[in-house]
Amino acid sequence: MARNADAVKYRLRNYKSDLDLRHLATKILKHWMLIMFAFLSTAPVALVVLNSFKARRAIFRNPYHLPNAATFDVVGYETVFEKSQFHVYYFNSLFVTLTALALILLFGTMVAFALAEYSFPGNNLLRLFFLLGIIIPIRLGSVSLLRLIVSLDLIGTLWALIVVYIAGGLPLAVFILTQFMSQVPSELKDAARVDGASEYRVFWLILPIIRPATGTVSAISIIPMWNDLWFPLVLAPGEATRTVTLGAQQFMGQFSNDWNALLAALSLSSVPVLIIYFISSKQLLQGLTAGAIKN
Amino acid sequence: MTASLSRSGQPKHRKPFPTHIIVFLAPALAVYGLFMIYPLFDSLRLGFFVQETRGVERFVGTENYVTLITDEAILQPRLLNALKNSFLFFAVNMLVQNPIALLLAAALSTKTRGGLLYRVLIFSPAILSLAIAAFVWRLLLSPLWGVVYDILKTLGLGAYAQPWLGLESTALITLALISAWQYLGIPMMLYFATLISIPNDLFEAAYVDGATDWQIFWRIKLPLLMPMIGIISLLTYIGNFNAFDVIFALKGADAGPNYASDTMMTFFYRTFFGSGFQKADPHMGAAVAGTMFVILLAGVLLYLFIRRRIRSYEL
Repeated sequence: MARNADAVKYRLRNYKSDLDLRHLATKILKHWMLIMFAFLSTAPVALVVLNSFKARRAIFRNPYHLPNAATFDVVGYETVFEKSQFHVYYFNSLFVTLTALALILLFGTMVAFALAEYSFPGNNLLRLFFLLGIIIPIRLGSVSLLRLIVSLDLIGTLWALIVVYIAGGLPLAVFILTQFMSQVPSELKDAARVDGASEYRVFWLILPIIRPATGTVSAISIIPMWNDLWFPLVLAPGEATRTVTLGAQQFMGQFSNDWNALLAALSLSSVPVLIIYFISSKQLLQGLTAGAIKN
Repeated sequence: MTASLSRSGQPKHRKPFPTHIIVFLAPALAVYGLFMIYPLFDSLRLGFFVQETRGVERFVGTENYVTLITDEAILQPRLLNALKNSFLFFAVNMLVQNPIALLLAAALSTKTRGGLLYRVLIFSPAILSLAIAAFVWRLLLSPLWGVVYDILKTLGLGAYAQPWLGLESTALITLALISAWQYLGIPMMLYFATLISIPNDLFEAAYVDGATDWQIFWRIKLPLLMPMIGIISLLTYIGNFNAFDVIFALKGADAGPNYASDTMMTFFYRTFFGSGFQKADPHMGAAVAGTMFVILLAGVLLYLFIRRRIRSYEL
C-alpha cells in the first residue's frame, strides 16, 4: 500500500516535471522565434546606419564592425548635404503631414460628431459614403485628380498634396472617430444644453473626452502621408516641393554608385522617423490595439 | 431626466433649420467629395473618351477597353503580365506574411516577458517608407556588398545565393517579400489585438480538461479569429494589388528586368505618363484604372460573399 502510494507520488512528480519541461521548452522556442524576427526586422536598418559612418573601404571590408577611429568617416553625409536639400525635404514633409493631419482631425471630429449625435435623413447613407473611401484607393482617381489640381492652379505646390491627403485620410478618421463619439455619455451633452450651450459649444466641450481617439487617428494618418511616393511624384515632383520620401528616392537614383552617400541618405530619411516612433511606440501600439478591438 | 423635463416645460416652438449639422458636415464633404469621390468617378468617365485635338475630347464608348484587351503589340501582353504579377505579389504576401503574423501574435498573446519590446521592434519597419525600406534591401542584396550572401554562406546555403533582384525569375517574388517583411507588424498587431480580447474563461475550462495549448489554439482561438483573418486578407488584397512604391523605387517605371516585376499600378503609371516604349495616354490610363477598379470591387464582393457564408462566432 505504502509502496503503491509512493509510486503514485513519484509518477505524479514525474508528470509535473514533464509538464514543467515541456512548458520550458515551448517558452524557449517562443522567445527564440521572437528574437529571430525582432532581429530580422531591425538588423537591416541598423546595419545601414552603422555603415553610414564608415569610410568606403571599411564598408566593404568589414560591414559588421562598429566604426572606430580609423574607419570613422562622414563623407556620405557631406555629399548628401552638398548635393541635395534634405532640410527642405524635411520641412516639406513636416508641413504637408502636420497641416493635413490638423485638418483631418478637425473635419473628421466635426463629421463624427454630426453622425453620432443627430439622426437626420441620409445619416446611414453618409456613413456608407465615407466607407467607400476606405475600400477604394484614391490613387485610382489620379488621371482626373491631376487635371483638377492643374485647373485649380495647385500643381507643383505642397497644397496639392495637402488637399489630396485630407481627402484620402478622412474616411478612416471618420470611421474611427464616429465609434468613439457614439460612446460619449449623453448626460454630459444634455447638461450643457440645459445650461444654454449652442451645438457648437457642446461639440467643443466634448472634444477633450475623445482625445485618446485622436491619438489613434493621428498615428494611422501620419504614416501613409509621410511615406507616400505616388502623389509627390504625380502632383509635386519639383525640387522645391520634394518630400523626404521622394527626395531620398530621387537622390538614391542619382547617386546609386556612391555607397557612402546612399547609406547616409537612407539613414537621414529613416532615423528621425524611427526615433519619434520609439519614443511614442507604447502609446501608438496601445492605440492601434484599442482601435482594432473597437472596430 | 431633468433635461427632458425642463425641455418639455418650455413653450413649444418649431424646430429651427439644423444649420449646425450642415456646418459640421460641410468642410469634410467638400474636400472628400471634390478630391476623392469626384476624381474617382471622373476617371472612370475619362476611360470612355479619347483626345482628339488639344482640349477636345470625343466619347468612344468602350473603345479604350477593347484596345486594352486586344492590342497585341503592347497593351494586351503588358496587361496580362501585370495582372498575373499583381496576383502573384498579393499571393506571396498572403501566404508568407499572414501565417507568420498570426504565429507571432499567438506567441505574443500568451504571457511573454518583454512582449512590448518584441512588438515595438517587429512593427518598426512598418513606419518607414516603402521606397526607403526597398533601398535598404537593395543594398543588403547587392552582390557588391554581399551581406545577405555572407549570411547564407555561414548557414551553408551559399549555393543558393543569386542576385535575386536582377533575375527575371525571382525579381517580383523578392520585391513582394520585401513588402511582406516591412508590413509584417500590421497584421501581427491586428491579430494580437483580437487574441488578447478573447476572455480567459473561454479556454480556462479547456485547460482544466487537459487540452494542450495547440488544441486550444486550433479549436478555440482560430475560429474566433476567422473574421479578423477575413479582414486582413481583404486589406492585404487592397494594399498589394496596388503595389507600386517598392517596384518603382528599385526598378523604375519599366519594372524590369523585361517587365518581370510589372504590376497593375506600374502599368497604370506608364500608360498614364508614358515611358521609353509607351507614349503617354491619360485616357488609356483611365481605362487601366477602371480595370483595376473593377478587379478591386470584385475582390471586395467576394469577401462579403464569403463572410456571409462562413459561420462567425460573436464574443
